[in-house]
Amino acid sequence: MIGVTRTILAKDLLLELRTKESVPAMTLFTLTVYVLFHFGLDRDSLDGELAAGVLWVTLLLAAVIGVARLFATEREEGGIDALLLAPVDRTALFLAKASGLFLFLVAVEIVAVPAFDLLLLGPGLGGTMPELLPVLLLGNLGIAAVGALVAALAAETRARELIVPLLLLPLLVPVLIACAQATEPLLRQDQGPEDLGRWLGLLTLYDVVFVLLSVAVFDYLLED
Amino acid sequence: MYSKGFKPLAAASVVSLATALSLVFFYAPLDADQGFVQKIFYVHVPMAIVALGGFVAGGIFGIRHLRSGDPSWDLRSYVAIHLSIILGVGVLATGAIWAKASWGHWWVWDEPVLVSFLVVFLLYCVYYPLRFSIEDPERQARYSSVFAITAGVFVPLNFAAVRMAESFTHPRVLSQTGGSLPGEMRLTFLVSLLAMALLFVTLWKLELTAKHAAMQLKKLRRRLDARVAA
Repeated sequence: MIGVTRTILAKDLLLELRTKESVPAMTLFTLTVYVLFHFGLDRDSLDGELAAGVLWVTLLLAAVIGVARLFATEREEGGIDALLLAPVDRTALFLAKASGLFLFLVAVEIVAVPAFDLLLLGPGLGGTMPELLPVLLLGNLGIAAVGALVAALAAETRARELIVPLLLLPLLVPVLIACAQATEPLLRQDQGPEDLGRWLGLLTLYDVVFVLLSVAVFDYLLED
Repeated sequence: MYSKGFKPLAAASVVSLATALSLVFFYAPLDADQGFVQKIFYVHVPMAIVALGGFVAGGIFGIRHLRSGDPSWDLRSYVAIHLSIILGVGVLATGAIWAKASWGHWWVWDEPVLVSFLVVFLLYCVYYPLRFSIEDPERQARYSSVFAITAGVFVPLNFAAVRMAESFTHPRVLSQTGGSLPGEMRLTFLVSLLAMALLFVTLWKLELTAKHAAMQLKKLRRRLDARVAA
C-alpha cells in the first residue's frame, strides 16, 4: 500500500511540477487576499488577534483553491477511470491525495507566511518560528485530511465549484479556531502568555479524528 | 412500510405537546430575572437538542446504509437531516428572539452553544446541493451517507472547539440545561423535551411514508406508461 501511495503521490507532484497549476495559483491568491485585507481593513500593519485571523483566513481560502483542483486533472483528462480500474486500495488513494495537498500547502506557506510578515505584520516573525511551525504543520494536516475527503465527495457532483467551499469552510472552523488562537499570542507586540499546548491538543484531536474518518469512508467514494 | 405504529405515536405526541404547553404556561414559575420571555427556553432548548439528535441519527443511519447497501437507510438518514434542518431554523429564530429580549442584541457571539449551532447548521445546509447534484440514485445515496457520517462526527468536535474558544474569555457561570434548574422548571423542561422528540419522530415517520408512497406511485406510473405505449 505504501508503494502505491508513493506512486500516486509522485505522479501528482510530477504533474504539478510540469503544469504548475495549483501551487502558484494558491500563492498568488494569498498575496491578493493580503492586498484585499489591507484595503478592506484600511490598516498598514496588523498584530495580535487581527493578524492571526487574517493569516489563517487567507490560508484557508487558498486551501479551497487547492482542494477544488485536487481531482481536476484526473477528471478532465479521464485519468480517474484508469486509476479506479487499477487494483488500487482507496486508502492508498486517500493517503496520496492528502499528502499531496499537505505538501502543496507547505509550499504555499513557504512564500505566504514570509510575505505576510513583509506586507502586513507589525511585530515581525523573527523568533516565533519554533512555536509557529507546529501550528502550521498540524493545521495543514487537518486541512489536508478534510480537503481530500471533500474533494472526493464533490468530485462526482454537478455543482463542484459550489460544493467545495461550502462544505470545506464550515468543516474547517475548528482548525481556524485552534490555529488562530495558538498564533495570536505569537503575533502580539508584547508577546504575552500563551496557551499553545491546549490548541495544539485540539488540533491533534481534530487531525486524528478526520484522518481516521476519511480512511474509513473513502472506500465508499469514487467507487465506480 | 414506514407507517407501523404511526397512529399511537401521533396521539402520544399530541398529548405530550398539549401537556408541555399547559405546564409551560400554567405550572412553571416565572423566571425571577427574565420574567415571561424565559418561557421561550422550553421551546428553544428542546428544539436544539432534538435537532442535534436528528443530525447524529442521520449519521448513524448513514453508517447502516454503507454497511448494508439498503437504500431505505439512506432515506431515513435524509429525512432525519431534512427535519433537523427545519428545526434548526426554529432554533436560530427562537435563539435570536431570546437573545434580543434578555441581552438586547439579536445575535451574541459569546454564547458558544448558539455559535456552534450556527456552524453546524451552515454545514448541514450543504446537504441539499450535494445530494441533489448527484443524479445516479445509488451514488446519491452513498455520497449522502458519507456526508451524513462526516458531519455527524464534526458536530461534537465543533462544539468542543467553539466552547474552548469562548470559555477562555467568558467563563460560564450559569449552566442552562439541567443542573441549576428548580424542580418545577426541570419537570416542564423534560416534558417539553419529550414532546419535541415525539413530534420529531412522528414527522419523520410521516415524511418517510409520504416519500415512500411517492416513489411507489412513480414506479406504478412508469409501468402504466409502458403498458399504454405497448
